[in-house]
Amino acid sequence: MVTFTLNGKERTFDGDPDTPLLWVIRDLEKLTGTKYGCGVAQCGACTVHLDGMPRRSCITPIAMIDGSDVVTIEGISGKEAEAVQTAWAGLDVPQCGYCQSGQIMSAVALLQMLPKPTDDEIDGAMTGNLCRCATYHRIRAAIHNAANSMEG
Amino acid sequence: MKITLLITGIVANCLIVGAGILLAPASVAQNAGSLRPAESFQSIPDTRARSVALFEEAGKVIQHPRCVNCHPATERPLQGMSMHPHQPPVFRGDAGMGLVGMQCNTCHSEQNTPVVGQADTLKSIPGNPAWHLAPIEMAWEGKTLGQICEQLKDPKRNGEKTMAEMVEHMAHDELVGWGWQPGEGREPVPGTQDEFGKLIQAWVDTGAACPSP
Repeated sequence: MVTFTLNGKERTFDGDPDTPLLWVIRDLEKLTGTKYGCGVAQCGACTVHLDGMPRRSCITPIAMIDGSDVVTIEGISGKEAEAVQTAWAGLDVPQCGYCQSGQIMSAVALLQMLPKPTDDEIDGAMTGNLCRCATYHRIRAAIHNAANSMEG
Repeated sequence: MKITLLITGIVANCLIVGAGILLAPASVAQNAGSLRPAESFQSIPDTRARSVALFEEAGKVIQHPRCVNCHPATERPLQGMSMHPHQPPVFRGDAGMGLVGMQCNTCHSEQNTPVVGQADTLKSIPGNPAWHLAPIEMAWEGKTLGQICEQLKDPKRNGEKTMAEMVEHMAHDELVGWGWQPGEGREPVPGTQDEFGKLIQAWVDTGAACPSP
């Protein structure tokens, strides 16, 4: 039996311990904001926060997160999340949107660790989040805007 | 609604195909190979020649991609038996743990983890509690065995280790030991860590002579 917190609520899982966290989030918990992209940690669409750090849920066995705190795009909160949400809407960042929950989870985690990231720091943190619409330029600009908005 | 679903499906497929392009075929486990026992080198009468031969045998491990991939000469680790640049593109960062927001543990955990529901060509994601890159001064990529040998003896390039500490590191370090337990779908380095440690010990005991650079 695996026990963990999902967006602030205690959850248990009593199935195959190799089941990916992503499958539990989407198929059992019905939280479909977190996306299945590649399934092998190459695209970042499945990014969640595991104990406050970005983590690819598609290659995270559920048995590994016993006792951990998981936050998905549905449960993200705090000043960084609010700043990112505002900045994303302000620049109309998404095109198709499929990768964007992963992008946002990575962006929020970055701003929690580096409140005023440089271009290089943004590139370094976001390099594992692919966007087939190539919205990278707007993603980077929105992260700068979010950082600037938190300064005031 | 149908159009929305169609577009979502196309994009999902694009992401999957795109990611697939980035994935190099996983190396399939082959014969792990073996190491000659350290004591078998006693037949070499010249001490220096014996020392060199011992290190050359240990070099089967040291120069194996499983080891060199995390001793890169650049800021980027390598992957696979082809030693291609790591995908996704990750970089050294502080203490070799990756850059802020994209650290090793974004994907790698404390143990090798199975990949389920995927093609048979990718069996597992490698992991270890100490998963990180070797410092740049310990880079092995692109170097000859002789150059690596001299590097291992240089405190400025071996983490200020004494030779006794070097033997201990090679023989018992857990991350070094991962090379023999690299997870399903990955070729392990030859022999065992115990055999490798004994080769390194015998190499040190015979004067730690190095092959020609």
